Amino acid sequence: MTTLPTRKDEAFRYSDIAALVSAPSRDAVESVTVGAGERITRQIINIADVAHVFVHNLSIIVEANGQCELHVLNVGGKLGRIVIDVALHDGADFTLGAVQLGAGAQTVELITTVRHIEPNATSRQMVRSVLGGQATGSYLGKVAVARDAQKTDSVQSVKAMLLDRTATANAKPELEIYADDVKCAHGATVGELDQQAMFYLAARGLPPAEAKKLLLQAFIASVFEGAEGEAALTKAALAKLEEMV
Amino acid sequence: MPMLTITNLHASVGDKPILKGLTLSLGAGEIHAIMGPNGAGKSTLGYVLSGRPGYEVTGGSVMFTPPLRHPVLDTGLGFSSDAAVQEGSLAPHQVRGDVDLLSLAPHERAAAGLFLGFQYPVEIPGVSNVQFLREALNAQRKHRGEAPLSGGEFLKIAREQAGALGMDMDMLKRPVNVGFSGGEKKRNEMVQMGIINPALAILDETDSGLDIDALRVVGDGINRIMRKPDKAVLLITHYQRLLDYVKPDFVHVLADGRITRTGGAELALELERDGYRELAA
Repeated sequence: MTTLPTRKDEAFRYSDIAALVSAPSRDAVESVTVGAGERITRQIINIADVAHVFVHNLSIIVEANGQCELHVLNVGGKLGRIVIDVALHDGADFTLGAVQLGAGAQTVELITTVRHIEPNATSRQMVRSVLGGQATGSYLGKVAVARDAQKTDSVQSVKAMLLDRTATANAKPELEIYADDVKCAHGATVGELDQQAMFYLAARGLPPAEAKKLLLQAFIASVFEGAEGEAALTKAALAKLEEMV
Repeated sequence: MPMLTITNLHASVGDKPILKGLTLSLGAGEIHAIMGPNGAGKSTLGYVLSGRPGYEVTGGSVMFTPPLRHPVLDTGLGFSSDAAVQEGSLAPHQVRGDVDLLSLAPHERAAAGLFLGFQYPVEIPGVSNVQFLREALNAQRKHRGEAPLSGGEFLKIAREQAGALGMDMDMLKRPVNVGFSGGEKKRNEMVQMGIINPALAILDETDSGLDIDALRVVGDGINRIMRKPDKAVLLITHYQRLLDYVKPDFVHVLADGRITRTGGAELALELERDGYRELAA
């Protein structure tokens, strides 16, 4: 095992270093290659017990015109850390839909690096997080576009909801662009439950916990739509939300 | 039989007193209209009665007495206690229950039979009208000790109410009020009222934003759903035109935080003709 990282390392800036000590294989990297013209779908589901530490490093290479669809549910463990590195060749496509839910003293984090190394590739990342208690939820997402990667089309949509003001959300979308004919959209917001909507729901008879659940379900709803294993992903997400409200 | 008794109600928003000793009584089977100048406290009254956060009651009381509901008069949404009353094990007054409205949370007031028609209905992206209303209605039924409606039973009622207000089921499947015009939002409030079937409806400027045709449809809706011997309506309105369709039994003028005048339906026409300054002072 290598030495522990420190917070000076940008990728670990918001992490729980103490918890990392007990991660059994924190440096292990799973490698996946999507062949030319192939399509693969994957899910990473972290519903570990809060006493455990969950770390998953995934490295993906998508060959020319290949498609990779990845869905992530990161809700378990004292620390739930998911690191994804993606390299996109000509005309490749990468889609990420991720939901992060944290309560108590959890730290959930998603670190992505999407490298458009050749032209015409597309990447779409949609991340929705809900944090309560003293939890910390982070998204560090870098999109790197190489000098010759013209016609790159990349989107990052990151939204976080704080249920308590003691919770923390970090959102760090990052673009490093060396080509000049590209589209790179990025948006990040951190907010709270809409109180007008909460009163409207209450005035129609919904008790506060039910009203919160309804609004939070709506907040994360579109992330897993059409995903492989959508039912299981949604069920696990709702089960965690149930505990949080 | 009294339904709502408001006594000397005082309420503030932040530091600003808005209601300054408002007294008003509504009886079952009655339709009341409240008119008055801007800033008088009309919407505040609606918000205070429904329990909106930010509106602080600083004095007075509100007693709510929803009448015993008969399954025959209702659209099948009887109270579970009806059978017990018929058997004789529960006396009617025990079922009716005088409710200290201000002591209840907003969702409890809804379950007791109160409905606020919003002046500015809220948009809720990602939550469909159907899901919202089914959950709301079943939450109310659960609070009252009634069995929840199945998906099929609910859809039947929703279809009927939507159809009666000229809205198709496609609109109900869309997220709550998202992309609805002002008039559609107001008609959606009426569909909700039809589905929830409350004892007392407080309608806050339900006619604002409605064109001539929509006005007729909404007016007919209010008459159909709420003009019943065991229900009451408080219509908060600026203009008298809705009152052409929903003829009130009483018209009150709310000025400077209090009821300053009460009359019959003709008072609305007088106000329209002579303005508030003359008659409200």
